[in-house]
Amino acid sequence: MFFDEFKSWQKELTHYSFEQVSQGDVERALGHERLDFMDFLALLSPAAKLYLEPMAQKAHRLTLQNFGKSILLFTPLYLANFCSNQCVYCSYNIKNKILRRKLSLAEVEVEGKAIAEKGLQHLLLLTGESRQASSPEYIADCTRILRPYFASLGIEVYPLETQEYRELYAAGIDTLTIYQEVYDEDIYASVHLAGPKRIHRYRLEAPERACEAGFSGVTIGALLGLGEWRKEAFFTGLHASYLQKTYPDVEIVVSAPRMRPHAGSYKPQYPITDAELVQILLAYRLFMPRGGITLSTRESAPMRDALLPLGITKLSAGSLTSVGGYAESTETGSAQFEVSDERSVEEVVAMLRSKGYQPVFCDWVNLRDRRGA
Amino acid sequence: MQQVNCELLNDPFEIGGQKLRSRLFTGTGKFSSHELVPQIIEASGTQVVTMALRRLDWRNPQENILNYIPKGITLLPNTSGARTAEEAIRIARLAKAAGCGNWIKIEVIQDQRYLLPDNPETLIAAEQLVKEGFVVLPYMSPDLGTARRLESVGAAAVMPLGAPIGSNRGLQTRELIRILIEEISLPIIVDAGIGRPSEAAEALEMGAAAVLVNTAIATADQPLEMAHAFRLAVEAGRSAYLAGLGARRDQAEASSPLTGFLREE
Repeated sequence: MFFDEFKSWQKELTHYSFEQVSQGDVERALGHERLDFMDFLALLSPAAKLYLEPMAQKAHRLTLQNFGKSILLFTPLYLANFCSNQCVYCSYNIKNKILRRKLSLAEVEVEGKAIAEKGLQHLLLLTGESRQASSPEYIADCTRILRPYFASLGIEVYPLETQEYRELYAAGIDTLTIYQEVYDEDIYASVHLAGPKRIHRYRLEAPERACEAGFSGVTIGALLGLGEWRKEAFFTGLHASYLQKTYPDVEIVVSAPRMRPHAGSYKPQYPITDAELVQILLAYRLFMPRGGITLSTRESAPMRDALLPLGITKLSAGSLTSVGGYAESTETGSAQFEVSDERSVEEVVAMLRSKGYQPVFCDWVNLRDRRGA
Repeated sequence: MQQVNCELLNDPFEIGGQKLRSRLFTGTGKFSSHELVPQIIEASGTQVVTMALRRLDWRNPQENILNYIPKGITLLPNTSGARTAEEAIRIARLAKAAGCGNWIKIEVIQDQRYLLPDNPETLIAAEQLVKEGFVVLPYMSPDLGTARRLESVGAAAVMPLGAPIGSNRGLQTRELIRILIEEISLPIIVDAGIGRPSEAAEALEMGAAAVLVNTAIATADQPLEMAHAFRLAVEAGRSAYLAGLGARRDQAEASSPLTGFLREE
């Protein structure tokens, strides 16, 4: 169980100081072909700040070698924004008076078609965390409707039981995205005031349950801004590396979402600077040369362009974080956060091409609905 | 002065009934654009190009890699993404149904960190796909037992790795590949790990039938020039292999410098 490893490292880190890391430690970590956990910690330390350029050079080289000059594009589709939780940092907070909506199955198909027409083949389905409003059965129904239009479908919803993940896998879901938000349990308790999400461990173990259920990919991450970023980034890497080792056939991806303006008054306690975000992404890449790294439209267009060569393998494009809105006819519900990069799919594609990257729309074969093949 | 024996240098090899002059296979992944692919094919002189079926974007014609591969080039679709023999078999069938021909490079990978092939599953997939009429080229870890079994189930070639995919580490598995070349009568095509033209040349000098190079070309600063460099290296390596063999044969017939004295009696 990752929980045990998490606990033992938590204890370990009580005696650890990032301040004690020397430049020599950073240089040694940079020189290692395969980094151990101490190297990873060194790259997240204040001392590593002086080494961002050599870290970036190595990260770029490793990414080219392992993933080539190509970037996978995907887009999110919010199915519903009803929520049972009180997360202080999120617009969907049950206490927030926002426009709540849930797409009908007919609307799901209209939205799916509108997205597919842009050429996008990898779709991430999202809901607010309400089991009542957006039940596993509803998500499975949406999946079956969307399946024929896309090469790959993922979910980013409330954590589920292994059996429920199995059923969604059977319905056509390939990948899971679930952010722990914050690994630190005290902060976790202080920002998740009410609702089923309060159970830290149940969320922490959701990726393992999805891997057990046969998912082909899992994306994890900490919501940057909630906790001390060096530790949060370390636990994200620890988590990803545990999953890679335990489920070697599952593609493990990390993401580094920074908090964005949202409905509500919460301000991040540990705001992340651009240089810190870069340091985190570089440390992820050097620690996990074969891991995927996703960059969402939470970052601005110029920032996304600049981060691209540092290790990014997946990019969301043309994203809407409202419920519905891809098709002109669909009424929209309120958004989860403000999208920062508002460029269209065509604009993102043109940007990638101009930077010498091939936009990849399709990187999966769905074998489910072709059983007879 | 003796003339270079051009006959010796023009030695096609055969896979699945097809005669191939070029001993350099290339790929389509990792390039900055599809438009580069036909240029790479020309610069490398390759006749066989591998492509991942998972990347085949049949919904967007503009993104469909098949539209960028010139006529006359043999497609070698691969089963990248397959975690089991069953998935590889189904991807192979889809590739055939999608019009990619009947060649298939079996890739069964259960390890996302090193991308090392799963030999037992690969063997199961190979046996089935041969029965279904595919020309089967399995990507494998260079293990003699597995290679023998692949040969006995009817694989058209074996494709041992030189080093993990994309690692550019060269022929780390040199000794094991050398044994395969000695013991297996199928063409041995070194796949994965070759990072430099000199390493491709070395594989050919050792007697490998061909090499497959993708990452080293696709991620070079100048991919076209690198493709050309690999072409030259493969030709040089093959020529050296043939020249070596030829020379040994000639000498054995011409004289016996060490035991010739025995005949003088």
